[in-house]
This record gives sequence, C-alpha cells and structure tokens, in this order.
Amino acid sequence: MRKRLSLWAALMLSAAILLLIQALLVPKYMVSSREGALIGEYYANAGNNDVIFIGDCEVYENFSPITLWEEYGITSYIRGSAQQTIWQSYYLLEETFRYETPKVVVFSVLAMKYDTPESTGSQSRREAYNRMTLDTMRLSSAKLGAIQASMTQKEREWEGIYSYLFPLLRYHDRWSQLTEEDITYWLKREPVSDNGYLMQTGVRPMVDAHISPPLADYSFGENSWYYLEKMAALCASHGTRLVLIKAPSLYPVWWWEWDGQIRQFAQENGLTYINMLESLEDIGIDWNTDTYDTGLHLNVSGAEKAASWFGKILAEECGIPDRRQEAEIASLWADKAAVYYDRKQSMTP
Amino acid sequence: MQFTSVSFLLFMAVLLIVYYRVPGELQWTVLLAASGWFYLWAGAEYLGFLLFTILTTYGCTTWMARNNTRREARLAQLPQAEKRACRAAVKGKNRAILALCLSSNFAALFLCKACLTEPLRTMVSGSRVSFLSLGLPLGISFYMFQSMGYVTDVYRETVKAERNPGKLALFTAYFPQLVQGPISRFSQLAPQLLRPHRFDGKQVSFGLQRMLWGYFKKLVIADRIAVAVAALKAPEYTGAAFLVLSVFYAVQIYADFTGGMDIALGLSQALGIVLPENFTRPFFSKNIAVYWRRWHITLGAWMKDYVFYPLSVSAPLRKLSRSARRKFGNFGKRLPVYIASAVTWSVTGIWHGLTPNFLVWGLLNCLVIVVSEELTPLYARFHNRFSFKEKRWYGWFEVLRTFLLMNLIRACDLFPSVMEYFRRTGSLLTAFQPHILWDGTLMQLGLSGLDYGILAAGITLMFTVSLVQEKKGCIRELLWQGGPMVRYALTFALLLTVLLMGNYGIGYQASNFLYNQF
Repeated sequence: MRKRLSLWAALMLSAAILLLIQALLVPKYMVSSREGALIGEYYANAGNNDVIFIGDCEVYENFSPITLWEEYGITSYIRGSAQQTIWQSYYLLEETFRYETPKVVVFSVLAMKYDTPESTGSQSRREAYNRMTLDTMRLSSAKLGAIQASMTQKEREWEGIYSYLFPLLRYHDRWSQLTEEDITYWLKREPVSDNGYLMQTGVRPMVDAHISPPLADYSFGENSWYYLEKMAALCASHGTRLVLIKAPSLYPVWWWEWDGQIRQFAQENGLTYINMLESLEDIGIDWNTDTYDTGLHLNVSGAEKAASWFGKILAEECGIPDRRQEAEIASLWADKAAVYYDRKQSMTP
Repeated sequence: MQFTSVSFLLFMAVLLIVYYRVPGELQWTVLLAASGWFYLWAGAEYLGFLLFTILTTYGCTTWMARNNTRREARLAQLPQAEKRACRAAVKGKNRAILALCLSSNFAALFLCKACLTEPLRTMVSGSRVSFLSLGLPLGISFYMFQSMGYVTDVYRETVKAERNPGKLALFTAYFPQLVQGPISRFSQLAPQLLRPHRFDGKQVSFGLQRMLWGYFKKLVIADRIAVAVAALKAPEYTGAAFLVLSVFYAVQIYADFTGGMDIALGLSQALGIVLPENFTRPFFSKNIAVYWRRWHITLGAWMKDYVFYPLSVSAPLRKLSRSARRKFGNFGKRLPVYIASAVTWSVTGIWHGLTPNFLVWGLLNCLVIVVSEELTPLYARFHNRFSFKEKRWYGWFEVLRTFLLMNLIRACDLFPSVMEYFRRTGSLLTAFQPHILWDGTLMQLGLSGLDYGILAAGITLMFTVSLVQEKKGCIRELLWQGGPMVRYALTFALLLTVLLMGNYGIGYQASNFLYNQF
C-alpha cells in the first residue's frame, strides 16, 4: 500500500513539474502578439451575450462592444483571432453554443478567400496563426475538429495534433528564448481585450489607395462554402440569426465579384448580408483619423463609429433588446466600461 | 510509424496493457497483430515484400521438413548400403529448395536496393517511374536476412521447421526488431516469442528505462549533430573539416543506431523478450577486428555463419588452400581465409547499399584487417623490444587510433562517389587547413554555441555511461540498488532532458533512423 502511494505521489509530482514547465514555455501573448490571448479570454465572459462576432482582425479590431452596450444596451463578445479561417470560425461557433445561445452571430466574410490552410500563406506562418487561435481553446470535440481542419501538411506529417493537446511538445525548445514576459505571466494572465475587442489607439492615415492586381479566379473555394453552409445550419438549429458582414477596411481588397457571391448566398439562405464598405459615409469613417495602419484596420475611434452604426441595425433590424435596465448586467458592463476607458486613456499617446 | 513518434508511444502503451491482460497462450497472437499493424502503418504498399518473404520461407522450410520426414521413414526400411545415397538425394533436393528460396528472396532484395540507385533503377525497370520507385520497404534487409538464416538452419537441420505460418510470420515480422534489427536466430527468438510472459515490474521498468536512454541518444545527440554532418558534406569542406566530419558522423551514427537498438531492445524487454545485443561499446576497441566484434554484432555473426564459414570450407577454396600452401607457404595457408573475408566484406558492403562506395567501404575494412593480421609478427617483435604494451596510456592510444581509423573508413558511407571520398581523404595530407577549427567555420554549420554545449554534455554522459558499463556492467542494475526514489528521480530527469533538449517537432527536419535505409 505504501509503495503504491509513493508511486502515485511520484507520478503526481512529475505531472505537476511537467505542467509547470509547459506553463513556462508556452507563449503568453500578454505583451507581444496580444491577439494570441483573445480566444482564451472568452470563457470568463461567456454566458450572457446576445451578439457574438466571429472572425479575424476584421472583427476584433473594428467593433467596440462597449459602444454597443453604452449606445444600445447590447451585450456582445468578439470571438476573433489573428487570420482566423472559416473552419476555425465554425468550430469556435460550435464551441460558443455550448456556453450560450446568442440571438445573433455576426460573421466576417473576408475569411471566405482562404480555402485551405496552405492557401493562407507559408506553412510556418499559418502554423503560428493556428497556434494563436487553437492553443487557448478549451479541450472539447470542437477544439479537436478545429485542430484537424486547421493543420497544415507539415503539421500533419509531424503529428501536430498531439502538440496542440500537449503544447510542451511544440514549445519544448523555447527555454532558450524565454523573456521577462514569460516569467511575469508564468502562472497568471491579464485581460488584453475588452470583450474580445483588441484596442488600437494609434493613428496612421491612409495616404494612397491600396491597389491589388486582379485575380485569375474570383470563385470562393468548396471548403469555404462548405463551412459557411455549416455555420448557417448550426445557427439555424439553435434559432440564432446569422448576419454576414464585410467590415469597413480598405485592405485586403474586397472584390465586387466576391461581394456578389456572398449576396447571392445570403439571399438564397435568407440571411442578412451587410457590406459596410458601401456605407462608409454613413458610418462616418475618416481615413485620416480612424485607422492606425493606413486603412487595413480601424483604431478605437473608428471601431466606436463602426459599432455605433452597426448597433442600430442590431437593435432595429435584428431586434436585439436593450438590457441597460437589468441591474446585474448593467453593473457588470459598467465595470467593463471602466476598464475600457482606463485602457483607452493609458494607451492614448 | 516511427519509433520517435507520439503515435508509436501510444501504440506501445496500448500494446503493453493488452499484452499483459490476455491469457499467456494468446500473447503471441497479440504480438503478431501488433507487428502487422506496425508494418501496415509504415506503408501498406510494402506489405507484399514482407508477405513474399514469409510465404517463401514457410513454403520452402515445410517442403524441406516434409522431405526429411519422408527420408526418415525410408531410412528405416532401407538396407545400410543404400542409406547414404538416400540421404544424399534428400540433401540434394533440399539444397535446390534452399537455393530457390535464397535466390528468389535475395533477388527481391536486390531489386529493392536497385531502386534506390538511379542508374540501376533505370537499368532494372527500364523507366524512372515503376513499382520500384516506391523506395526501400521498411526493414527489408533485416527481416530478409533473419528469414534466410532460418531457412539455412532448417536446411542444416539445426532447427525444426515451424509448422504454424502465424508463428513463423511473427518471427519474421516481430516489430521491435523490424526497423533496424537486431538480426535474431530462430532458435533464440522463437521460443521466447511463443511462450507466455507474466508481468515483471523490474523487467518492464528496465525496458522502459532503456528506451528512454535510446530516445536521449537519438533525439538529443544524433539528430542534433546530424545538422552539422549534413552541412559538412558540402564539397568545400576538406582537410581538417573532413576530419571533423568523420568524427561527427561517428557520433551521429553511433548515437542513432545504438539509440534505435536501445528502443528496440528496451521495448522487447518490457514485453519479456530478450533480443540479442547488437553493440558492446565498439569505440573502446583496440583494433578493427575487435571493433567489428562489437559493432552491429548480429549482422557480423550472420555473415560469419552464413557466408564466411560456408565459403571457407567450400570445395574450390579448399582446393586453392592446398595449392597456395605449396606455393606460398604460411601465407598460402591463410590466402583462402582472406579471399573468404574479402567476399564476406563485399557482401556486407552491398547489404548496406548498391552503390560503389559501400563496396569500397567493405573492402577497406577487409584490407585493414588483413594487413593487421599479416603485420602481427612485426607488432609482436616491436612490443617485445619496447615494453609499453601493458601501459594504460598505450591502451587508450590504441582505442583512439582505432576510433580515428574507423572514422576515416566509415566516412565512405557519406559519399556515393568513391572519387569524392578519396579526394576528401587525400585533402587531409594536401590541404589540412587546421584554422577551420577556431576561425568560426564550425559555428556556420547550423548549430549554435548552445547546441555544441548540449552535444558536449550529451556525449560526455554517453561516454561516462559506456565507461561504467565497460567496468561495472549493467547500469540499470546499479541504479536499481540505489532505491526507488533515486531511480525514479534519475529516470524523470532523463525524460525531461529528452523532452526539452530533443530535436523533434515541427521546427526540426524529419529524421529517420539511419539504418532504416538499409
């Protein structure tokens, strides 16, 4: 009996040491590449959101949930991550439905342009983005599905799935690159976002129009359509309205041929599609003041304008209720707003 | 499924649980199923080669066994005068069956090896794209030699033919040794595979510790130094750089091959099956003949039993021996042995690959051994005159001399072009350029200072362990005596070292075991 207890104690101690080492070696995303922390922050904020945004930087940098709350009393969360692909969006949505059933899901359709993991860029770059989306997802069948769908060919060859489940296998050699950030955030994390919104306060005006060469083929790939259809079906099965949006950013280019395909899909499936590029004047975007990177993404000023404009649609067309009178929720969001303004103040140059 | 993959570790964990849960008499069927699964995972397209070897081995050995049974029945009825003729007739038939089995299997092996060399691939297949372009089936050189050894043993009637095809299939395809050996004998391995094994905590623990040590050698040392070896193969590295290459390659191939052996033997030990040792610290050898009794032992023993000895006592060589003795005296007496050695070394070279460098590698080994043998009287006179042979420093000098000499010969593996090998070797004399050792060249080989530090520590540990093994025997037994906490702490420390310092994962180049290619 004593021998068995000693064995168990030794095994538990070994597991604890391994977990501690793993916690030290994984990237923290607290100071550098903060986008990597976004997905993991959701779980502490899940359960009471009427609107969920899903997508890449087109959502997590272009809409301010605090503005939606303050102007319309809409509770929302952005499940965004860097270069999030549509298959990742689908599995994140599947996971979201385990925590809550939002009234509206807003999906950024720019991700339709990527049909396979390899089509998003170099494999090593893709793997880095995969990590930022998948590493902080909680273990579930949705996570496993997301991993399987996201792995590049090189990751498959290396049995990458195990390294997503046991990140130590991926980051085992990071001990030679540890920084102060790794030590500071070894066993703790701090929120980097405001309900999934990653604030940017800089201003870098658009100077010249971004010009992209025309494409040989404007058709979205089969895989993209497959996941968009799955997303629509998943929302329908939960009685959630799916809204497709093209966020107000000038680059990467949103081709009119792409716009036509999404518009047709929305019509055929009874979905709402909003191309915010068509309403830039109404939104009030000023490319001299509302972008921090010459039109690729909005800064906080632009994100507040976009949220203000889009909130009206959510409230009036989608019927999202104003919950500012609900004391408990109002108190919670007052705290969130306070954090938001503190952050805004501290980040404003 | 590579030994270094996570899938393999999971497969092994499931196997160990199932293996020790099923009744003892069914354990061999679990091993057979596991071996089949392992091979299928490596590539279903290669299964045909394995099945061919199993079927031809089974067919030929049962055929020979039936002939022997009939012979015994007839001998009981025949008068004494006719018995000899009867035996000779059956022997002749069995010899033909043996020849059929050996030739068909070695032809298949030749074709597979040929597909790895472009000129031969074109010659054999007539085109570049054919079934031969699949590459070398996993472990074919190992399982085929093991099977052909068994067929020969049945022919020699030193073992009985196995009647159960499943059991024979397990002997051929037993997965821990399938990838890179060792090459086992039927009489030694089959009884262990087929008898029940009870769970023995100490043996399982020893087996897993040995596997961990193998992973350390493979992932921390071999795969790290492989980066520098690959870089040093570039044509501009000659002279001292070639010397460094030969030393690095020695470390790589030793850590890689013995690491693989440790994993195979450790896993097998955890299953209660003892495989023959393939290495006994060869770098401590004082001459090349001893080195070859310590390096890839099972291949050497196979060559000795199935090539060298039969050749040495063959009629043509006995005839040659008689006439050479008359003409050349004592040297003539040894000449047939040298010829048999040359043939054996050529076959050993070809076993490694159908490129000229492997043939030259084999013949160089043979040449050094023969010259050493011929110079033995001279050495004896020299040592009679100077009395330092028994000194410790001279022993280490002999070890170092053998190490360096073997490194130079072994470097032949690295260059398919024999001329390139000789050009590099010659550069040791014509353009040594020792400054590359300190001018920063070594830092441009893809290894950082940290990598060199890890390598230095790893090699020191490997050397120390070998030294302790050489002086005091099994190191795991010594650890066992240290008590469970010490044992556990050291094992866990080794596990952490492999996990944190191993070259594995997506950031690294995929690297098979070197001997997978043979």
